[in-house]
Amino acid sequence: MKSKNLNIFTNGIIKENPVLRLMLGTCPTLAVTTAAINGIGMGVAATIVLVCSNLVISLLRNFIPDKVRIPAFITVIAGFVSVVQMLVKAFTPTLDEALGVFLPLIVVNCIILARAEMFASKNSVLPSVLDGLGMGIGFTATLTLMGMIRELLGAGTLFGITVTAEVIDPMIIFLLPPGGFFVFGILVAVSNAIAKRQGKPVVEHLGCANCPARAGCQNAVLEGDASPACEKNEKVGDGNE
Amino acid sequence: MSSTTSIVAILLAGILTENMVLSRFMGICPFLGVSKKVNTAFSMSIAVTLVMVIATAVTHPIYTYFLLPNELEYLQTVVFILVIAAIVQLIEIVLKKYIKPIYNALGIYLPLITTNCAVLGITTINIDDGLNFGLSLVNALAAGIGFMLAMILFAGVRSKLDTADVPEFLKGLPITLIAAAIVALSFLGFAGIGG
Repeated sequence: MKSKNLNIFTNGIIKENPVLRLMLGTCPTLAVTTAAINGIGMGVAATIVLVCSNLVISLLRNFIPDKVRIPAFITVIAGFVSVVQMLVKAFTPTLDEALGVFLPLIVVNCIILARAEMFASKNSVLPSVLDGLGMGIGFTATLTLMGMIRELLGAGTLFGITVTAEVIDPMIIFLLPPGGFFVFGILVAVSNAIAKRQGKPVVEHLGCANCPARAGCQNAVLEGDASPACEKNEKVGDGNE
Repeated sequence: MSSTTSIVAILLAGILTENMVLSRFMGICPFLGVSKKVNTAFSMSIAVTLVMVIATAVTHPIYTYFLLPNELEYLQTVVFILVIAAIVQLIEIVLKKYIKPIYNALGIYLPLITTNCAVLGITTINIDDGLNFGLSLVNALAAGIGFMLAMILFAGVRSKLDTADVPEFLKGLPITLIAAAIVALSFLGFAGIGG
């Protein structure tokens, strides 16, 4: 039992890293990682929401009618996001400024809704909290890594401390939107290469398997004109069911 | 600044310089997921634009006339996301009942839009920037058109990508992201337009 819980906890950090393996939460990943410290801030804020919402949804899982579960989950998540938003505004105003509109947008961060739908609504409290914590740490670690890469290349600093800025001219493009897409593309390529070496499936599309709206997407696939993203990636995220 | 110039400035910013997808990073999921074909990308962006404008038209008065006077601003996020979810459902029902052809074309994309951060994003940005009702609508429309422009341009790029000789380790999602980086790079050229 203990090792099972440990597995659930470590699952989100590497094996099912929400950003690089499940391809969730791409928007904040690209938007806030202009500095390593912002990556940590965003990661921690999302982790708090993730753990709290997983806890509450797991407690309520037998009371929420199946038909209205998504709106119910969103309401719970939005409640915790508002709490975190107020805390960040009160205690770390600089972070509030850096994250801007992406702080309230944690509500629609697919990671949180996906974990509520795929894990917390089916499991008891302790595993759900551990899953939220593991996924949150995986999210934070990836965001921080990406923030460090972009900050080092784009500003020559790490966590605000000058590293290479005086030796090499920083390439500001890495702080601008194209740099975000580029660094993320390379990170996914590296993570795919590692996965391939270990004989795991390579991530080719967005993580629709974990997307709460995938029912609609699958209809689109049946209609035959949308990307096959939804069917292809179905296997990747289903390890813990 | 007179109101016409500010409308033009908002339109230019929303479509080009502050493009929803390529510079604000909102709606990345549909941008990468539903951009394989130009016509799908077009339908999806029409649906997003429609929801953005209607959502702004509903959330802005709610904030101004209900949340603000009652000092309930802290409920903004909760109320907005629920209103957006309800609106998406309503639009779906209304289209299904009365405008069947449009429903057939857009219906499958509507459920995807509730959790699309671009919609909640634009309604929140309108409030944060303190825009009045009219300018908020213009801003939402501009963001929608910007989304459409990015989607269609990117769908065009991706159709070329299918036949391109891509290095093995970049195949799949990585090269798509790098292509997005190049499209975003081209949008940097607009920086400075419209102040």
